[in-house]
Amino acid sequence: MRRSAAVFAVVAAALCVVPFVAPGYKTSLATEMLIFAVLAMSIDVLAGYAGRTSLGHGAIFGIAAYVVLYYVTVAGGHPWVGAMLGLLAATAAAVVFALLAIRTSGVYFLLITLALGMIVWGICLRWTSVTGGENGLRGSVRPEWVAGPVPFYYFVLAATALMSFALWRFVHSPFGLTLRGIRESESRMRALGYDVSLHLFIGFVVSGFFAGAAGVLYAFFNSFASPATVALAQSVAALLMVLVGGVGTLVGSFVGAVAIISLENFVSFHTERWPMVLGLVFIATMIFAPEGLLGRARLVLERRSA
Amino acid sequence: MKRRSFLQTLGTTLFAMSSWTRRAFPADRGPIRIGLLSPLTGVIAAGGRELVDGFNLYWEQIGRKAGGREIEVVVEDDASNPNTALQKARRLVEQREVHMLVGDILANTGLAVAEYVKGNGVPYFIPVIAADDLTQRKRIPNVIRIAGYSASQSTRPLADYALKKGVRKVITVSQDYTFGHEQCGGFCQVFSEGGGSVLQQFWHPLNTPDFSPYLPQIQALQPDAVFAMETGADGSRFIQQWANFGLKDKIQLFTSMNATDQSIIRTLGPEAEGVISAGHFCEGRDDPANKKFVADYEKAFGKLPSIYAFSHYSGAMWLAEAFKAVGGNVEDRPRFLEAVRKVKLSASPLGREVSLDKYGNPIYDIYIRKVVRRPDGKLWNSPIEVYPGVSQFWKYDPEQYMKQPSYSREFHGIKKA
Repeated sequence: MRRSAAVFAVVAAALCVVPFVAPGYKTSLATEMLIFAVLAMSIDVLAGYAGRTSLGHGAIFGIAAYVVLYYVTVAGGHPWVGAMLGLLAATAAAVVFALLAIRTSGVYFLLITLALGMIVWGICLRWTSVTGGENGLRGSVRPEWVAGPVPFYYFVLAATALMSFALWRFVHSPFGLTLRGIRESESRMRALGYDVSLHLFIGFVVSGFFAGAAGVLYAFFNSFASPATVALAQSVAALLMVLVGGVGTLVGSFVGAVAIISLENFVSFHTERWPMVLGLVFIATMIFAPEGLLGRARLVLERRSA
Repeated sequence: MKRRSFLQTLGTTLFAMSSWTRRAFPADRGPIRIGLLSPLTGVIAAGGRELVDGFNLYWEQIGRKAGGREIEVVVEDDASNPNTALQKARRLVEQREVHMLVGDILANTGLAVAEYVKGNGVPYFIPVIAADDLTQRKRIPNVIRIAGYSASQSTRPLADYALKKGVRKVITVSQDYTFGHEQCGGFCQVFSEGGGSVLQQFWHPLNTPDFSPYLPQIQALQPDAVFAMETGADGSRFIQQWANFGLKDKIQLFTSMNATDQSIIRTLGPEAEGVISAGHFCEGRDDPANKKFVADYEKAFGKLPSIYAFSHYSGAMWLAEAFKAVGGNVEDRPRFLEAVRKVKLSASPLGREVSLDKYGNPIYDIYIRKVVRRPDGKLWNSPIEVYPGVSQFWKYDPEQYMKQPSYSREFHGIKKA
């Protein structure tokens, strides 16, 4: 326990000094990593704890971003109100997604969330008068006092820390345990008297809420949303972060986000065939560390101490 | 031992020489760094490659030096995705500290980058991004369309040409996004104001695999001609299916310049012959600068240049002129931007002397072009008529024109008869 506390302190300290040791672009890259880590964590709640892998979270994330941008740039509203509306819209979308998807599991769950995500993508693409169609929505929506890249980094860091703690409490609460129970055996949980559908529903909505929160941060960060923000590729990217980092760990999402975003940036700098390199890395991860980077590291450490 | 001391001496000599050259040229401010954004992966990757080739070809030809400074081009892949484009633009500016950004092909990627530079004032040059409003209603002072064009600029003369040829009834087929709305809008407005009527308009999503739902309807309506606005793979599919359905010799096909661009017709056969389009680039035009560019490009890359290569080659020329004008001092942004706006480019493949209008869009001769076979059998666009000095506002008064709404799926300035 003391060791993990020490690790935690080191990581927290490292995150706090990022703007000083890596100023400029690297700080904005770190901001992006944190935002995507939140999105990945929200997926991990379902994938790692409830055993339901969602491909629709990119859409929920994007809806929040769209709503913030629309409310602030087109309707001329206040950023914080926009943020609240974005969260609300994402949660509402999560409710709809959940109602349709929780009856299923396994590959069917994957496909239903995929289809729902595609519908959102289609709407964003075709509803030109509101979403700007292919061109998307643009405009600075960041609140005044976090306008600079460094204050904004700290803002995102604080928000991420808060949300990580909330999610950690959530998955380790008695309710979180029931989600794990559902993952292990739905029928047994039902036999024990739990309302499986209700629990999954709540789990999905909570997860959607955090995906939405990531979307709001992303809107602040990027000042831009387009159909690519809600597209399947977005969901897949976040899911890959979870898989690379380690499913069912929450912290793995951070590892995955850092690994994938820095790899993307590093490799694309040297070759235009960077998607291929990324693909090879994913395959290598699946072969040599199927439990994710974090899971692998844990295994190695355990073996050593044993 | 001997070898090591040799290397040491060599090293010190080289070092000394380099510091000597530094001292000999006190004005050495390092190279001018240009960040080039291009879709090297994604839906329009082929065009992205040609963009980079065209841009680099010019710098190679002049020895990678202009205005007394070395030119360094830093290429980044925007992955045909606006979010990636934005991220890469940030990296080029904030990490690689480029002096300016150039490039992008898809309007959505360009608009995303334009929004970013609006906040920080980094010069951004857009030889291909054609969204009308970037040089009309929503101008950004540091976004300049060097050697580029606005979407509706070239389709207006095409409508005029069609009217002159006695065409009175048209149907339009167009991709359903801003570039399509604007190109189609330019055509429809001039065509309807000149007494023609637009019978029907079809809008299809990008990457439509099959046009057979539209073609029989076109046949049934019996128009004099069809205007098709297509880019990318849609262009070649449309032209192929147009011929397969037997419409080729019955109804005259007019297209946007992108639909008969080299990037498309170099993969097509006889079905593309005879298609008429309008554009400021015309690879088959008999003009020394144009012929030289086409020949150089063909020699270097083994194919005829597309609009993407052409625009960025000319864009590089434009920048070189501006670098010369400010003596390489691109750090002084207001002066540099002013110089870019003032460039009068002559002896370029763009044709006779070209300059920007007051709103930052070039004024060109627009060629009505027909796809024909070159003596060696390759297809290319050959000019059949020229409209000299066409601006983005055609014959309208700019201020008056900008009071009408931007073209969209709903608005095409179609005059009701």
